[in-house]
Amino acid sequence: MSDSARDKAVHRAVAHDSAAKHVQGTAMYVDDIPEPRNLLHAYFGTSTVAHGRIKRLDLDRVRAAEGVKAVITSADIRGQDDISPVHAADEGVFANDHVQFYGQPLFAVAASSRDLARRAVRLAGIEYEPEPAIVDIDAALDAGLFVSEAHVMSRGDAEDAICNSPASVEGVLRTGGQDHFYLEGQVSMVIPVEDGDLQVYTSSQHPSEVQQTIARVLDKPANAVTVEVRRMGGAFGGKETQAAQWAVIAALLAEQTGRPVKLRLDRDDDMQSTGKRHDFIIRYQAGFDDQGRINGIRFFHAARCGMSSDLSAPIADRAMFHADNAYYLPAAHIESHRCKTHTVSNTAFRGFGGPQGMMGIERVIDEIAQHLGTDPWQVRRANFYAEAPRNITPYFMEVQDSVLDELCSQLADESGYTARRTDVMAFNESNEIHKRGIALTPVKFGISFTTTFLNQAGALVHVYKDGSIHLNHGGTEMGQGLMTKVAQVVADEFGVPLAQVKITATTTAKVPNTTATAASAGSDMNGMAARAACRTIRERITDFLVDEQDVSRSDIHFEQGMVRYGPQSEAFAAIIERVWMARISLSATGFYKTPKIHYDREQARGRPFFYFAYGAAVSEVEIDTLTGENRILRVDILHDTGQSLNPAVDMGQIEGGFVQGAGWLTSEELWWDEKGQLRTHAPSTYKIPTCGDVPEEFHARIWQQGCNREETIHKSKAVGEPPLMLAISVFSALGQAVVAAGGDLSSLDAPATPERILNAIAAGRRD
Amino acid sequence: MRSKVRFHLNGELHEVQHCPPTLTVLDYLRNECRLTGSKEGCAEGDCGACTLIVAEAGSTGTEYLAMNSCILFLAAIDGKSLISVDGLALGDGALHPVQAAMVEQHGSQCGFCTPGFVMSLAAMYQDHDQQPYSRENLNLNLAGNLCRCTGYAPIVRAAEQSLVSRDSTLVKELDQRVTTELEFLESDPPLSVEGTNGRVFAPRTLAQLLELRKNHPLATLVAGATDVGLWVNKDLQTFDTVIHTGAVAELLEISKENELIKIGAAVRLRDALPELIRHYPSMRDMLERFGGAQVRNAGTIGGNIANGSPIGDMPPALIALGARLELHSLESRREIVLEDFFIDYGRQDLKPDEVVSAVLLPIHDDGQFACYKISKRPEQDISALCAGIFMRLDRDAIEEARICFGGMAGTPSRAGQCEKALTGKPWRRDTFESAMQALKEDFTPISDMRASAAYRMRVARNLLLRFFIEHDVPERRMQETSSVR
Repeated sequence: MSDSARDKAVHRAVAHDSAAKHVQGTAMYVDDIPEPRNLLHAYFGTSTVAHGRIKRLDLDRVRAAEGVKAVITSADIRGQDDISPVHAADEGVFANDHVQFYGQPLFAVAASSRDLARRAVRLAGIEYEPEPAIVDIDAALDAGLFVSEAHVMSRGDAEDAICNSPASVEGVLRTGGQDHFYLEGQVSMVIPVEDGDLQVYTSSQHPSEVQQTIARVLDKPANAVTVEVRRMGGAFGGKETQAAQWAVIAALLAEQTGRPVKLRLDRDDDMQSTGKRHDFIIRYQAGFDDQGRINGIRFFHAARCGMSSDLSAPIADRAMFHADNAYYLPAAHIESHRCKTHTVSNTAFRGFGGPQGMMGIERVIDEIAQHLGTDPWQVRRANFYAEAPRNITPYFMEVQDSVLDELCSQLADESGYTARRTDVMAFNESNEIHKRGIALTPVKFGISFTTTFLNQAGALVHVYKDGSIHLNHGGTEMGQGLMTKVAQVVADEFGVPLAQVKITATTTAKVPNTTATAASAGSDMNGMAARAACRTIRERITDFLVDEQDVSRSDIHFEQGMVRYGPQSEAFAAIIERVWMARISLSATGFYKTPKIHYDREQARGRPFFYFAYGAAVSEVEIDTLTGENRILRVDILHDTGQSLNPAVDMGQIEGGFVQGAGWLTSEELWWDEKGQLRTHAPSTYKIPTCGDVPEEFHARIWQQGCNREETIHKSKAVGEPPLMLAISVFSALGQAVVAAGGDLSSLDAPATPERILNAIAAGRRD
Repeated sequence: MRSKVRFHLNGELHEVQHCPPTLTVLDYLRNECRLTGSKEGCAEGDCGACTLIVAEAGSTGTEYLAMNSCILFLAAIDGKSLISVDGLALGDGALHPVQAAMVEQHGSQCGFCTPGFVMSLAAMYQDHDQQPYSRENLNLNLAGNLCRCTGYAPIVRAAEQSLVSRDSTLVKELDQRVTTELEFLESDPPLSVEGTNGRVFAPRTLAQLLELRKNHPLATLVAGATDVGLWVNKDLQTFDTVIHTGAVAELLEISKENELIKIGAAVRLRDALPELIRHYPSMRDMLERFGGAQVRNAGTIGGNIANGSPIGDMPPALIALGARLELHSLESRREIVLEDFFIDYGRQDLKPDEVVSAVLLPIHDDGQFACYKISKRPEQDISALCAGIFMRLDRDAIEEARICFGGMAGTPSRAGQCEKALTGKPWRRDTFESAMQALKEDFTPISDMRASAAYRMRVARNLLLRFFIEHDVPERRMQETSSVR
C-alpha cells in the first residue's frame, strides 16, 4: 500500500455519504419506506399514575373503536415478557397490573390509520389503586429503593488523606437529566413474511438486541427475525435499548393480525415513555494542599434510574470511572447508589454517566480554586495525571497516554485565556448588573465498553465481478458518519475510489450478534472488522497474483483504482474478474475484538479502557443578575481525535457534542409535577439549544499533534461522546460569573437555568 | 363559491375536493402525495423539520415564507404556491445553492432536521427584500429549526456560503414561475367547502366572515393555526367547521389615524413587527423572540389575543400601552380595553357571534415604555413571564403608571397595587422599591415547568428595577454593554 496521504481514502474530510440525500429529503428513514398495501398502524395506551395497581382495564370501547383490528395487553405475550437489555426481568412490554411510571404503556392497538389508532387508545376505561410514588433521588434514598446494588471503587485511604490535608472542601452538586431529543422519534415497521418470520425495520442503535428481544417475547428463534437499520434520525444513546419496546409491540400486533404493522411515536409520548440521561446527586469532600493539589477525595453518587435497571449499572459505573476526569487522586473513595424511582427507566445518553462523574470533580476543582483565591486553570493543571506515581486511576489503571498538559497549554495560549480572564475581571469591576465568567476545563474519556465482552464487532465485504464493493458491518448510522468512515477504510484497503464502495443497511442477516453502536467505539471496532474482511480478500487476490504473475507479495500494491505488481499495473476490476474465474471467493467476513482490556468489577481493578480520548475547552459567559438570563460569548476547543479518519466528520462530533452538552447544563430541564408526570415532554417546554445559543466566536479545532499510541484503525481516536463533556467549561464559567455577582458557587446546580443562576446569586448574597 | 382547495406544489397545480377541515399540509404531502422529504419531528411547530415555503402575493411582489407544515391546514394555503424540499433542487437535477452549501460545509449529520433547515435557508435565499446576510438575521430565521447533531456551526457556515451573494438569476427564475402560478389562481372565488369531511370557509370580506360566524356559531376560527394545530395534533380535537380568517381583507389592514395604530386581527406577527417597532422600539426584542420565524410567518396578532392564553407574549405590552380591542358581529361593533377582554383563565369577553377584528394601539410620544420577555431559552421559548411597563412623568413625579404582566396569573393582568405605589410618587429608587414590594399584593404566581412562583415574583420585581435603571436620568442611567438580551 502506498502511504502517501494524497491518494489515501482515509484522513480526508469527505462529506457524509448521505449528505446529498439529506439536503434533498431523499434519504429514507423508517417512516419514509413505501408502506405495504395492507399496513396497520399501532399505538399504545399509557398509565396516568406514577405508581399503583390497575384495578380495572376496560378495553371494550377501544376494541369497538373505528378502524381497530387488534388490541393486545401483557396477557397476549406467549414468550418471556421481558424487554430488559440485561435480562433483569424487571421490565415487561406493558405494565402488568403494577404501574411504575406515568406514561408506562399498558396496552396497544392496531388500526387502519395512525390517527384512528391514537384515538382508540384514549377510549380505555382504567381505574387505578394509587400507591405512593417515589419520584426523585432524595425520596428513593430515604426509602432505600434501588434497582441494583451499590458499588464502591476505592484506592488508598481517602478519609485519612482528607483529615491530614491543610484544607478541604465539601458540598453537594445536582446534575439534571436530559432528553435525547433525536429529531426522528422512535419508529418501527414489522412485516410478517413466510414461516411466521418477521422482517423488521426500526430506528435502533442495536439491531441485534431488537432481534433478540422480539424473538424472546414472541417465543421465536432469533433466526426467524431479521432486523434492518439503514439510518436513524439521531439517537445519542436513546435508541440503544429504548427502540426494542416499540419494535416488539409492532411485532406482537403483526403476528396477531398477520399484517404489516408500523408504530411511530408522537413526540410527546416519545418523551414521556422513553428513558433519558440519569440525573445525579453528587456529594463530595476533598482535602488538598496549598497548591490546590488533591490529597484525598470522597464521592457519593446517587443516580435516578427510574423504574427498572435498564443500563443503569454500567452507566453509574462509568460515572465512577470518570469521577477523576483528568486528575490524579492519590486517595479516592467513590461510592455509587442506583436509585429506583417511579419514573421512566433512564438509559444510555452520550457520555453514559461519564459527564455526571466529571461534573463532580470539576466542581471540586472550582471550589478549591475559590478557597485558595487562585485561577481554577492553575489548580486543574496542578492535578493533571503525570509521570509515575501520579498516573494511577482510582480503578488502578495506568494512564499512559495523557496529552492534556500540552493540549491545554496550547489551548490556553491560542484562546488568550489568561488575558481574557483579566478582561473578565475588569468587566465585572465596572458592571453591576451583568457579570462574566471564563473557564478552561479538560476532558479525559475512557474508550471501550466497560463490560469487556461487548468489545467485539463484525463485518461482511463482497467484491462483485465488476470490481464494485458491497460493505456491511454491525455498526449503525445515526448521523455520526460511521458508514462514511468505514467506507473510507475499505476504499483505502483496496485502493479504490470511495464511490466504488456501496454502503448498505445494517442487518442482522449479514452480521450477527452485534454490539450496540455505542460507547464511541463504532468506527474503532467496525473499522477494524471491515479492514479484517478486506484484508482477507486482498490476501486472496495477492495469492492469486503471486501465482499468476510470479511476483513477490511485497511488490503488489492496491492504489488509485489499480493494482500494481512489479512494473505492471492493471485496473482493480480487471483483476477481480480473473480472480473470480479462478474460483476464488470474493466475499469475506471480518471480526475484531479490542485487545489489552480486562476488568475485575468485584475488585474494581483493571484496565477497562483501551485508551483515553482527550480534549479541552475555554468558555466565556455572561449572566444578567436581575433575571439570571445568560449567554455563551465565546468558545475555544482543542480536541484530540488521534489521526482523524475524517476531520470533517470528527469536527461535526466536536461542535455538535459541545452544544448538546451545553444544552444539558443550561436550558434543558426535565420537570415532573406532583403527580409524577413529566411536564417537559415537547420542544415547547423542553428547550434544546438553538442557533442563537451558539456564539459567533465558536472556534473548534482538531489537535494536529494527535496520534493514538494504541493500534487503532489508522491511529484514530473515538470521538462520539468525549466532546459533550467539553461543555462543562460553560457550567464552570457560569459558576465564576455567579461568584462575581456575589453568589454562592456551591449553590449552582445543573442545568443552570436563569432561575438556578438567580437562586445561586441570592444564596451567596444572603450569607 | 368554490369547493376545491387549489394551490401549486413544486410547480404543479393541486386540487383537493372535500378537503378535511384539519388536514395538515405535512400529512397531505407525506400520506397523499408520498412526498416524504418533509419530516415530522414534533407535530407542534417547534422543531422546524417540516418547514416548507409558502409563496403568496405581497403588496410589492411575491413573498416567500417559511412555515411549519405540521400545523398548517391545507385550506390555509388555498391559492398559494408551496415549495417543499422534494421540489427545491433545480430543473437539471443540480442542487439549489443552499443545498449545495449544506453538503459542502457538512451541515447535515443524521439528516432528519436537514430538509427543514434547507427550506428555511431557501426562504432566506428567495427573500423578497433580499436582506443582506448577517448572523443576527440568520439566528432570527433559524430559531424555529432545531438541530440536535451539528451544534449549528456548519449550518451557519453553509448559510454564509450560500446567502452572502445570491444568484439573482436563479431567484428571478423561481420568482417568475411562482408569480405566474399565483396569478393563475388569483381570480378564484372564495373557498367554501361543504362536504363529507366537514365544512371549510375562507371568506374574503368582514361581512362574509360575520355572516358565517353567525350561521356557524360553533365553528372554529383559524388564523395562523399555530395554536389550533396543536389542539388537532396533540389533543386529537376534531372540528367539523373551520373558518379561516387569513383572506379577510379588513382583518389584514394596518392603518394609522388620530394617534392610533389599528392592526387587523389577521395581520401576521411578521407583518405587524415593523410597524410596532417603529413606534415602540422596545418591543423589538420581544417580537423577534416571538416563536420562530415559521410561527411569526403564520401566527397573527388577533390569534395571540383571542385564544386567551395567560402566557401570550403580546398582551402585556399592549395592555401597558392602553390598547383597545375592536370586536365585530353582524349587528354591532364595539371597543373594549384589552385587559377587560381577559375575564379569567380560559374565559374571554367574546360573544358567540363576535370576532376580534382589530387591535387599536395608542401612539404615546410623551411616556417611557419597555417590555420584557423572560424565558428559559432566549430564542423561541414560551415566556416564564412577560412584562409591559409604561410610565408618564410630570417633572420628577410619576404621573401615570401602567404595568401589566403575563405569566403571573391566569390572564395577562395589570399590577394595580404596584401602579398605585408608583403613581404620584417621585421618580426615585425607593419609590420603585416600594412598588416592587407591592407586587405581592397583585400576584400569587404559580410554579410550573417554566419557572417557580418565587422566581416569577423575584424577576417581576427585578424588571421594575430594570425599568427604573434603564430610564433614569441620563447621568445615573445604567449604561452596561451586555451580550445577554
